[in-house]
Parts: sequence; C-alpha cells; structure tokens
Amino acid sequence: MGLAQNGATREVAAGAPPGKGKEARGGPMLSGEDLLRLYLAMVLVRVLDQRMMTLQRQGRVGFYGACTGQEAACLGSAYALRENDWIFPSLREGGAMLLRGFPLLPYVCQVLGNSGDPTKGRQMPSHQSARSVRQVSWSSCIGTQLPQAVGAAWAARRQGDELVALAYLGDGATSSGDFHAAMNFAGVLRAPVVFLCQNNHWSISLPTSRQTASESIAIKAVAYGFPGAKVDGNDVEAVYAATAEAVARARAGGGPTLIEAETYRIGAHSSSDDPTRYRDPAEVEAWMAKDPIDRLRHRLEGLGLWEAGREAALQAELQAQVAAAIEQAEALPKVAPETLFDDVYAEEPWNLSEQRRELTRGLAARRRPSEPSKAV
Amino acid sequence: MPVLTLVQAINDALRVAMRSDGRVVVLGEDVGKFGGVFRATAGLYEEFGPERVVDTPLSEGGIIGAAIGMAMYGLRPVAEIQFSDFIYPGFDQIVNELAKLRYRSAGQYAAPVVVRTPFGGGIKGGLYHSQSPEALFVHTPGLKVVAPSTPSDAKGMLLSALKGEDPIIFFEPKRIYRAARGEVPEGDFQVPLGKARTVREGRHLTVIAYGASVEEASQAADQAASEGIECELIDLRTLWPLDIDCVVESAKKTGRVVVVHEAPRTCGLGAEISALIQERCFVHLEAPVRRVTGWDTPFPYALEQEYLPGAARILRGVEETAWFVA
Repeated sequence: MGLAQNGATREVAAGAPPGKGKEARGGPMLSGEDLLRLYLAMVLVRVLDQRMMTLQRQGRVGFYGACTGQEAACLGSAYALRENDWIFPSLREGGAMLLRGFPLLPYVCQVLGNSGDPTKGRQMPSHQSARSVRQVSWSSCIGTQLPQAVGAAWAARRQGDELVALAYLGDGATSSGDFHAAMNFAGVLRAPVVFLCQNNHWSISLPTSRQTASESIAIKAVAYGFPGAKVDGNDVEAVYAATAEAVARARAGGGPTLIEAETYRIGAHSSSDDPTRYRDPAEVEAWMAKDPIDRLRHRLEGLGLWEAGREAALQAELQAQVAAAIEQAEALPKVAPETLFDDVYAEEPWNLSEQRRELTRGLAARRRPSEPSKAV
Repeated sequence: MPVLTLVQAINDALRVAMRSDGRVVVLGEDVGKFGGVFRATAGLYEEFGPERVVDTPLSEGGIIGAAIGMAMYGLRPVAEIQFSDFIYPGFDQIVNELAKLRYRSAGQYAAPVVVRTPFGGGIKGGLYHSQSPEALFVHTPGLKVVAPSTPSDAKGMLLSALKGEDPIIFFEPKRIYRAARGEVPEGDFQVPLGKARTVREGRHLTVIAYGASVEEASQAADQAASEGIECELIDLRTLWPLDIDCVVESAKKTGRVVVVHEAPRTCGLGAEISALIQERCFVHLEAPVRRVTGWDTPFPYALEQEYLPGAARILRGVEETAWFVA
C-alpha cells in the first residue's frame, strides 16, 4: 500500500463503508486490508495527538485530550459502523471522524478554533463534531450524550432507517445519572444503540475502583436487560468483533449492548493534568508494553502485511501530513467577531440583534458628556 | 367555535399536530395509556399508538436527553415533565445540551424539542407541585420560554412551537387548566410566539403578567377601575424573547408599571422587565417599576394564599404605583 501523497488518510477514508468483515469462527473478522487501514488510522491519530500536545505546550493550542493508548478501542469500534450510522463521542473519539473520512485540515482548525473550524471556534479542542460523518456534537458534561444516543437510535428505527447509534463513554461516566437513564431507556425502548465504554482505568485522578464496586462495567448491562461484553480494548480485532456483533444485533432489532473495552490512558487526562501526582509510573510502563499500535504492527508483520523497514517512511509521511495541515491551519484568520451571535437560535431574537450591534459599534466609540450630571 | 378548557386546548393542539405531522411524538411519564396526570395527552395513545405516545421510565434527564436525540434525528418530540418542580433532574440536559446544541455545533445539529410542563401554585401542592422556575430558562440563551393563560393561546402557541426550529419550554398554568375556558378555533391554528396580548387598555398604569397571574391581575384591574385607576393589562404570553415593543410602548404611555409573577422576586422575570423598562423608558417613568411576586421563600403548603400574588396584593401594588409622587 503506497503512502505517497496523503496516502494514509486517503486509504483510511476510502475505507468507508468499512466493516465488511468476513465471518469466521462464528464472529466477524477483519481482512488483512482492513487491518492495514486501521493501522494507518491508528498511527495517524497517535502522530496527530503528539503534535497537538506539543503545540499545546508551545502555547499554540489551548487544550488537548489525547487518545494515546486507546486507539484500538476507539477506531476498532468505529470501524464496525456503516457510513450512515451515528457516533455520539466523548472526549477522545475525534479520530473516529478521520477514520470515516473527515479531512485533516478542518480537524486541526477545530483544535485551533479558527475560521477554518466548521464549528466556528465554539468549542474547546477535542470537542469535534461533523454532520458529514455523522459525529454528533459533545458537551464537556460527562454522560449527557448517552440518553441522546438512545433517542436518536429510537427515532431512526421509528423512521424505518436501519441504522445504529454508537455512544462512547469512559469508566467515569458510568457513575453519572445519565448513564443509568440511558441504559434504562435503551433497555425499555429496545433502541438500536451500542454503548462503548473505554475503561481506561482513570477518570482524571480517580481509578475505576473509585467509580464502581462492580466486578466489571460490562456486567451492569445485565441489570438493564441486555447483553454486556468485556473485551481487550487494546486488541483492535477483538474490539471490532465485539462491536460488529453488537451493531449487527442492534440493526436487526435485537436491542442495545454495553461493551467494556479495557484499555489504558497512557497520557494525562488532558493537557491540564499531571498524572504523576496520582498514579504509579510502573503501571503506565506495564500498559505501554501492551500498546495497541505495537500489537497491531506485530500482527501485521506476522501476516506478512508489514515490514519493520516501512515504519520510518510511514512516520515521516504522517508527520509531514500533520505538519502541512498545521501550517495551512495556522495561516487562517481567527473567527470573525460577528459570528459570536450566530446559531444561538434558528430565528434571532431582538436582544441578540441589539447586542450584535453593540459589539460591532463598540461602546468606547460613543460620545459622552464631559462629566456625569444629576438632575436636581 | 368550540369552548374548551385550557388543558383540553393543549390536548387538541397535540392531536392536530400529530395528525398533520408524522414526526410529532409525545413522551413522558404516564402520558400514554393513562393520558397524563392532568389528562393533557388523553386519547392520544389510543389514536396514535405506543410508538408516538411513549410512556417513559421515570427519569426527567432520560426524557429530555432522549427527546434531544429524537429531535436531532428529525422528529418533533413533545416531552412532558409532569410538574415543573421535577424539571431539575433534566435541567442539565435542557440548559447544557438542548439550549446549546445548535450553537456548539455551529448549526450542524439542532434539537427543536418542545418541553411541556405545568407550573405555578394554588392547588395545595406544597413545595414540589407549585414552583415557577421560568426565570432559570429565560436566563439560558438558546431557549424560548412561553406561558399561555387562555385556552386559545395555549393551543395556538403550542402549534406555533411545533412549527419552529428552536427548543421551547412551554409552561402551562395548571391552576387554571380547567378553570380557564374559552372559545378555541378548530384545526390548525397558530398564535405567533414573541407577541404579547393586551388584555385591556388603560391610561394610568401598566400591569404585566403571565400564566395564572393574568386572571388575578384582571380582577385587580377591575377593582382599580372602580377607584378611577385605568390599568392597561398585558399578558406577556411569550416570556422570552418577550415582546419588547409592546412593553415599551405601554410603559411610555402610562409611565407606571407593575409586574406580576408567582415566582420568587429576586432575579425573577420581573427584575429583567424592570431593567428593560428603566433602560428604555427612563424619562417617561412617573414611578418605580413595582414587582408583585411570590416571596423569596420556598413555596409553602399551608400558607400558599399568603405566598401567591393574588388580586388583593396586585391591587395594593397598583394603588401605590398609581399614586406615587416623586
């Protein structure tokens, strides 16, 4: 597979609709070509995250939440979707958009929050969304996307559309009221939704044991009346297989599934966090030895689909792609101030029109009397 | 023209909307077979079935969250929150999600959900079946907030709400669900949002009210008239975006304004109306803008009549404002 001229992202984007895996041993399996696509997508996300974190340290990006260590869980699950399926992401699933064909430049523009950002610089970095790839807009509020995913999935079924909503969450979100509401609604309404919990062991500074006394997250599904599955979240094939099975069941009218993909947040929660204050570096090292990208590379090498010699070229190619996107993005102007008042309502009310004029005019320009006076 | 109660008019509006638009679905607690605790959805389950009149589990966050997803996908959900006192478990979904979705996605996603909820006191409902939380939603950019006071407006405004693209919190004055009766046009009929209704014209003083307070204010205005004070009574109908032209025009005309609501006074809608009037009508004012409101306490059970701004209290506010001399 050639990597020249945006090869990696093109190849990845061309994968849609992915997930045409072959059935084998009773479960869906990925072809060698699928694995290679996923590998390139995972490495791209890793490279992108590293560059964005560097830009954050240099003051060129305000904030960043990386996917590092979780690429298999994020992308392996998203790969199981069809083009028209919807994703309700949380913080670390921007890479799923790239996997599904969203271009790199507007992605980087979103991180910078400039005029090239299709969401007009409204959100912090790592809060990407794009209707073009059916990735829904996320707030920063943990778990809120989950009942929304249930509603959208239910609506799709009611409209006769055979599609599935894939809702991402972390282990921390399982403590939220919205998690319970969503699981309960999904079970009762039998909505075609798949909940993909990336149990990355840490919710900022708290280990999963401070979120739940349950023996697993997957087992919680039992109480809601639908299947739960726990998979090795660093094994992209396992994540894909579990998601593909759940998605197929949902699509066929078999209701929701909760998947717990056990993985690890190798880096900080975000650029604002310092994990050395609360966790043992030995734990991080142990998980680095289980890095999902290394594992997939070894797998590809074993299948004869990759050679160690190609790694440097891939890295160089992806670095160049990301650097080019950053250069183009940084050349774009900031978001126009007038856009501040757009999109609050479909129909702009008088107070916003008034405030728009006030911002544009600038209060300082107004003529003032030489000194305030008081009527007597 | 048929004469309906306010709750019958709501029911009629839902039926009309559901017949004409297959995207309209109703969801909430007890809204299906039971027809809602106030009977607002009575008969809809029988006519439209469980896929369009959805009895949900008991979770306001789940109801609003699911409604957002439904609307995002293209349906027109009408979510019922059984009492507005119970809206707070869904508050995050309303304030952080519903209200901000269009903005944060720069228009890529929107959720035109109508949240219907009974509000206000006077039914011996105590702290948790009497509240008026409308100001919390007026304070939230991205939401429209309405509160009709007549059967005709209730139907027309609900049908307008379902035609719009913005999320709407639709407060229904439950104390007058059955007490308010009036002629209601049949079929599809809309009352535009954002327009107040001048209930009576007067030259001495303006009373601004909404919901169940309109009737109380009307009685106060009758009494005031017998004392020679001619009140102009404005039923705000849409709380936000409120009809600023109507409010300003009347305030300039009379120079004296009393604002009435059941919600607590501090940071209530009356505070905003008062600020808007002083900003726009300063030199026309003859008296301070007066607020006649619920007290800054939780809603009481035994003393609810002492809490509520009834006709007698409104009349006192009217008299003091009318005779105010600087």
